[in-house]
Amino acid sequence: MTAPGDRAAALDGNAMAGDLREIFAVDVTSARFMCAGCTHTDAVATLMLWHQAPGLVARCPNCDDVVMRVVRAPDRVYLDLRGSVRLEVPLEGS
Amino acid sequence: MARTAVSGRLIWRAATVAEARWESPTARTLVLDVPDWPGHLPGQHVDVRLTAEDGYSAQRSYSIASAWPEPGGKVELTVQRLDDGEVSPYLTDTVQVGDQVELRGPVGGWFVWRDKQPAPVLLLGGGSGVVPLMAMVRARALARTKQPFRLIYSVRTPEDLLYADELRRRVRDDAGLDVHYVYTRKTPDNWPSPPKRIDVAALNTYGWPPDFAPDCFVCGPTTFVETAADILVALGHDPRRIRTERFGGTS
Amino acid sequence: MGIISRGFGGRRRESVPGLPPGQYLTHDFPVLSAGPTPRIPLDRWRFTVTTETGDQKSWNWTEFQALPADDVTVDIHCVTKWSKLGTTWRGVSLDTLLADVESAADYTMVHSFGGYTTNVPMEDLLDGKAWVAYKFDGEDLEPEHGGPARLLIPHLYFWKSAKWVNGVQLMTEDDPGFWEAAGYHMYGDPWREQRYQGD
Repeated sequence: MTAPGDRAAALDGNAMAGDLREIFAVDVTSARFMCAGCTHTDAVATLMLWHQAPGLVARCPNCDDVVMRVVRAPDRVYLDLRGSVRLEVPLEGS
Repeated sequence: MARTAVSGRLIWRAATVAEARWESPTARTLVLDVPDWPGHLPGQHVDVRLTAEDGYSAQRSYSIASAWPEPGGKVELTVQRLDDGEVSPYLTDTVQVGDQVELRGPVGGWFVWRDKQPAPVLLLGGGSGVVPLMAMVRARALARTKQPFRLIYSVRTPEDLLYADELRRRVRDDAGLDVHYVYTRKTPDNWPSPPKRIDVAALNTYGWPPDFAPDCFVCGPTTFVETAADILVALGHDPRRIRTERFGGTS
Repeated sequence: MGIISRGFGGRRRESVPGLPPGQYLTHDFPVLSAGPTPRIPLDRWRFTVTTETGDQKSWNWTEFQALPADDVTVDIHCVTKWSKLGTTWRGVSLDTLLADVESAADYTMVHSFGGYTTNVPMEDLLDGKAWVAYKFDGEDLEPEHGGPARLLIPHLYFWKSAKWVNGVQLMTEDDPGFWEAAGYHMYGDPWREQRYQGD
């Protein structure tokens, strides 16, 4: 039910690097997510990013389900991860 | 190096435009002085924040075009103007040498080439998606490493080519670097084929065979990235060696 | 505030008196989206009211179009800080859609094609405060703006005016929707600047 032109987000998880790096000590875009909807797994950088919204919405490239939501308030950041059953974070230097 | 590039608290820094040059009629490179820049890896990007007199601010993510270490300690961004954009027209047309913008980074550790990676490299760039790939080409030259690089660069017309002179020079001087152009709307005179989009033939002829297990970096607008990545997989490239960055529509 | 970038103005915006706090006036109609734009064929469109006991009442497009509709002119306020004044819509009042529904629910969850949700108290849907709108500015509502039909609830921030709306679920307890669960305010009154949780 989506037209081809609307199917695609213009950006991907790579563009979340700054906002995520602001709250985490490691680069989360290099971490692997597992989608809660379809169990697809890949780097957070590969999520489809919808950024023209009240927050960042990152969807699974396989099933379109929402994997992460990031909302910035003036004094805090909300990170909603219910769409990801797991994050696998590579540790630096190991 | 890798460590300094990704460690430390992420802060906004004041960057001063030290130099600016047009790469095409619609794309401009800003050479930025960033005090205490921690260094970066090719493929990483920065967030740029602009603040107006009344406090209104807008933020966008841009790939870094230059390699590190740069002798003068500068960081270069190449910005493609999007006519309905809010930030890019300011960076291409308004900002002047001496003006300041805020910048934080480098960020992103996934779409990154490290000079210790021994595999040959295939770079596929669409439009201004060539910017982080150019950083990789420059970093390879700077590190004097020998991994063979092939860049397939898709642009609309010859006028839209970024880094045309530098790429010509590097193909001549950087041993092991090949560049092939794909023109989608208009070709140069006497070009052997009509305008076309990137296709299996181009990747077969000018890419690496899958047997060479190259590291592939694909960057450009979403449709370009999806087409190119699909062709790579269809040709037998290992999806785990294909890294993509969608670069379109950052206004 | 960060350093000022000389000559940067940003999108054309006006601070005019009479707007809710922190809002700017815009004259275009920005498209915000959190996912792919669904294209809903009218013969597959349905709007369903589900009560707290599971009773359902629903309308297909033809039935929905046969309901009495209102023409309304309202101001809208997006939480991303733009406001647009005097927008004109045509839609079916929620008073009409909820008229014969047996319910003691105080809360509702509004659902959309594509999976979007937003929570709205029952009393905010009633008494001429909310519509399921299918025309904007005299034209069929474009898919980018939520067509075939979207909720229009102009006294709350515009994320509550769910695009591609397909139903209202009545609830006895409040529950957060898509943005409310991710940090936005449960109610979202622009005049009290209720943008985020705790505002």
